[in-house]
Amino acid sequence: MAQISLTVNGKTVSADVESRTLLVEMLRDKLHLTGTHVGCDTSQCGACVVQVNGMSVKACTMLAVQAEGAKVLTIEGLVNEDGSLHPMQEMFREHHALQCGYCTPGMVMSAIDLVNSHPEGLTEEQIRHGLEGNLCRCTGYHNIVKAIAAAWPIMHNKVPMAAE
Amino acid sequence: MYDFTYAKPANIADAVKTLAADAEAKALAGGMTFIPVLKQRLNKPSTVVDLSALGLNYIKLEGGKLIVGAMTPHGTVAASPEVKKALPALAELAGNIGDRQVRYRGTIGGSLANNDPSACYPAAVLALGATIKTNTRTIAADDYFQGMFTTALNPDEIITEVHFPLPEKAAYAKFANPASRYAMVGVFVAKFASGVRVAITGAGQNGVFRHAAFEAALSKSFTPDALNGITTPVDEMNADIHGSAPYRAHLVGVMAKRAVAAAG
Ligand SMILES: Cc1cc2nc3c(=O)[nH]c(=O)nc-3n(C[C@H](O)[C@H](O)[C@H](O)COP(=O)(O)OP(=O)(O)OC[C@H]3O[C@@H](n4cnc5c(N)ncnc54)[C@H](O)[C@@H]3O)c2cc1C
Ligand code: FES
Ligand code: FES
Repeated sequence: MAQISLTVNGKTVSADVESRTLLVEMLRDKLHLTGTHVGCDTSQCGACVVQVNGMSVKACTMLAVQAEGAKVLTIEGLVNEDGSLHPMQEMFREHHALQCGYCTPGMVMSAIDLVNSHPEGLTEEQIRHGLEGNLCRCTGYHNIVKAIAAAWPIMHNKVPMAAE
Repeated sequence: MYDFTYAKPANIADAVKTLAADAEAKALAGGMTFIPVLKQRLNKPSTVVDLSALGLNYIKLEGGKLIVGAMTPHGTVAASPEVKKALPALAELAGNIGDRQVRYRGTIGGSLANNDPSACYPAAVLALGATIKTNTRTIAADDYFQGMFTTALNPDEIITEVHFPLPEKAAYAKFANPASRYAMVGVFVAKFASGVRVAITGAGQNGVFRHAAFEAALSKSFTPDALNGITTPVDEMNADIHGSAPYRAHLVGVMAKRAVAAAG
């Protein structure tokens, strides 16, 4: 057992983990942040994507000990203090970018990294290429692509979020 | 996953010492192959030696060569202005490995140490005649790849850098498996003043290989049409649920033409 400390959703946390504990296992089983899902054994589905130091990574393919000292952001950390949603979550809702929702936390975390990494703009082709690590068995992707395209101008302060 | 001891040495000497002290110790780079292997209990290391603190994440141009540190992630190679300028085909290749999340963590050293028969980097390293530098020696690409998942590396040897000579023209064309993004067939062509080198990944039964007939034809005329009528031996091709041997042999020719066209 090793004790590691890291920042998760802005809070410093420590946890006792085995060397073999995966980051996703620590998040779900020790910290009870079950919004991060596990959808495969092969590092292909992206249901487990979280951000580590601003980069989207598959939490099922990283050891918890590798995250020592890192800043981790999960889907639970996106919501604002007043309870309002992150623009990406809002756009997923607006554009009906989810059905069963299993892939959604990973999709949203990947999408935010993708938008943040492209301040110059984001084409549909770039969005589709950027989502290659996230599988969705329900939506057929079109509405997810639309939601991300709609979130880009809001996240880069080009347009305010539309009022309900 | 079986449990193991985790070590994160701060320098290459300590990392080598830890690996050499125990035959069951294994290096960990991006973990994009190794962690899935551990999850499936296909490997039972006693100690996992994390290479991330060795300072091997860098890219530089030196003496007319592009030097990439072993722990440089694919995404960093893809986005590097130096690589885009000096060897754009390599940036392009790196930017199409796996997916965004794999590219943040997967490294060039891990890809070459693993030598997956469908991996992309081996094709670039072999076609460009790159040199693999380890903690003890330098190994020419032609000597390094020794069949599927087999390389010239010793168990306690660590790749530190890859040195790429800069070609006049080069390109990589990949027919990706739509689920994994690994190459069903990937062809890297590199044109030097001394001639053309062509390496094929994803297709061969023994992993990455050079295509002598393509090299001879392209050294005479670097055009897609120069490859007309040149076939690839079907009995040396890999066959699996994704494609038969004749299909892959055909695809090798198609992708080679596309690579030559892309190199311009
Ligand atoms: C979903 C998915 C899609 C992928 N698609 C592609 C693709 O399209 N094309 C492609 O080429 N690859 C692909 N990969 C593989 C990936 O790009 C990595 O390159 C590969 O997993 C190995 O690199 P790594 O840094 O993750 O190494 P690890 O998994 O950490 O290590 C792999 C092996 O190499 C050894 N090792 C690592 N570094 C060194 C070193 N410096 N010296 C000596 N030994 C070392 C380790 O001990 C281990 O045995 C994919 C992977 C995934 C999960
Ligand atoms: S659970 Fe499928 S990629 Fe992590
Ligand atoms: S909404 Fe069901 S898997 Fe994507």
